[in-house]
Amino acid sequence: MKHVIVGAGPAGVVAAETLRKGDANAEIQIIGDEPEPPYSRMAIPYLLNGAIAEDGTYLRKTAGHYDDLKIGYSQGRVEAVAAGDNSLTLAGGDKVAYDRLLLATGARAVQLPVPGMDLAGVHNCWTLADAREIAKLAKKDSNVVLIGAGFIGCIILASLLKLAGNLSVVEMEERMVSRMMDGTAAGMLKRWCESKNVEVLTSSRVKAIEAASEGAGDKSVVLEDGRKLNAHLVVLAVGVAPNMDFLDGSGVATDDGILVDEHLATNVENIYAAGDVAQGPDFSTGGHMVHAIQPTAVEHGRIAALNMLGHNPLYKGSLIMNVLATAGLVSSSFGKWDGVKGGDSGAQTDEDNYKYLRLQFDGDRLIGALAIGMTEHVGVMRGLITNRTPLGAWKDRLLANPNRVMEAYVANSQL
Amino acid sequence: MLKSLQINPEKCTGCLQCELACSYENEGLFNPAKSRIKVFNFHDQGRMVPYTCTQCDDAWCMSACPVDAISVDAETGAKVVSDAACVGCKVCTIACPFGTVNYNAASGKVIKCDLCGGDPKCASACPTEAIAYVDANWTGLDKMRGWAEKTDSGAQAEA
Repeated sequence: MKHVIVGAGPAGVVAAETLRKGDANAEIQIIGDEPEPPYSRMAIPYLLNGAIAEDGTYLRKTAGHYDDLKIGYSQGRVEAVAAGDNSLTLAGGDKVAYDRLLLATGARAVQLPVPGMDLAGVHNCWTLADAREIAKLAKKDSNVVLIGAGFIGCIILASLLKLAGNLSVVEMEERMVSRMMDGTAAGMLKRWCESKNVEVLTSSRVKAIEAASEGAGDKSVVLEDGRKLNAHLVVLAVGVAPNMDFLDGSGVATDDGILVDEHLATNVENIYAAGDVAQGPDFSTGGHMVHAIQPTAVEHGRIAALNMLGHNPLYKGSLIMNVLATAGLVSSSFGKWDGVKGGDSGAQTDEDNYKYLRLQFDGDRLIGALAIGMTEHVGVMRGLITNRTPLGAWKDRLLANPNRVMEAYVANSQL
Repeated sequence: MLKSLQINPEKCTGCLQCELACSYENEGLFNPAKSRIKVFNFHDQGRMVPYTCTQCDDAWCMSACPVDAISVDAETGAKVVSDAACVGCKVCTIACPFGTVNYNAASGKVIKCDLCGGDPKCASACPTEAIAYVDANWTGLDKMRGWAEKTDSGAQAEA
């Protein structure tokens, strides 16, 4: 049996390891399209701020890990999949045959459709190669403009601030991290950033990036309202898109991502998909969603591999959840953080201390949560949501004081 | 034989010796706020419940870690955070459905119970045997296992 895995991120690597655990003899080949060993994009902010070296981003730290498991690893870019004869074609023309194929090609950082994106010193912050360029340009006292205050923008904000000192953030939405934060949380986050001397421009669209005629920095970011922000370095964090263009003509069904069923299988026999490229079952909605988060990628990789091995376990869907620190302010969100129709919601807000916790209920079950400044027992919200724990009398206690959420869990599980 | 922490809430008097011992062992100071074991006090029922990581087999924290910073201590079975490898991304803190991995802003790393390398100070400090370190096969971890099964998205099935 030959398993081919396209993509060397967490989904691909976990899948390869799971395949090996289940089949000592199968041929397992990972094809990645970056030159480095498999690494975590999530670790890039910590590479930028100097906390770790490049090898600190690697997914596996043991020397010879892949060799020891007899997992082949090669660099290549897949250009086409021919499902009819179970093979794929790499850039350069080489063909690779498979018995089972896992598409774990992840996502790429998207560009802005405005002039000036090709200027020197305009970079995404997505790959190790990007990080090296950013580290070169984000010198002390340089001006940096970060375009995009979403999840990735916020997570790299502290590193850019530490490296450069002068940082402006441009976000087209009316609030920061609009996909995981309500107005209260996002307002708190913006105020926090401003207290760290970060200029935050929300509801602001970029019209162009052009060479600067005056001011510090050799470029200026031109906003639609005419303002110009001078910069030595422009970092783009305006979103990601799944890598699935190579599937054109393959017959593999796609929507927002590659569509997979409760076995992580695509509509084409012997082809599976996992991780940021996969649009799989979502715990909260029962629909199919691209999560593009680490925990889902790992669950996908494992379940896809078990299915490729023929064990056919059913996947119940992952819970979407996020955690990030924005210039040191920790926030997390789980499931339906914005609630459901007819559900109740309780919140506690402490603006002075940058603390906020909102819980969302459907009946007496927790279905979503959003927290700012909470670092203790955060995971229990995941547990209460995915276990669909009936909270009974505890629901009213939590509506009155959401900060008792860990107590509610202990009371429901340990008493 | 692996051992694990057995907690008997009905024996707990709420003296917090476990929290003091834990914070002193791991953080070098007597400060319950820094403890990895926490005693929950249910005044209305007159019940105290010490609670910490049970080193679950599923180890969501370990599988969610993107940089291989959590591993199994072969001698104790504890899931242990490597400070050298942990980058402080906090994904394990949201992945653990028991809420027993916490982020320590002071160190920029996560912290969790590591069974003190096989000599858990919470157990030795407990004057009433509400916390005991006993053979793993014996302990009633059924409640935790039940919780783990319900959390499972299917990803914990055996290869």
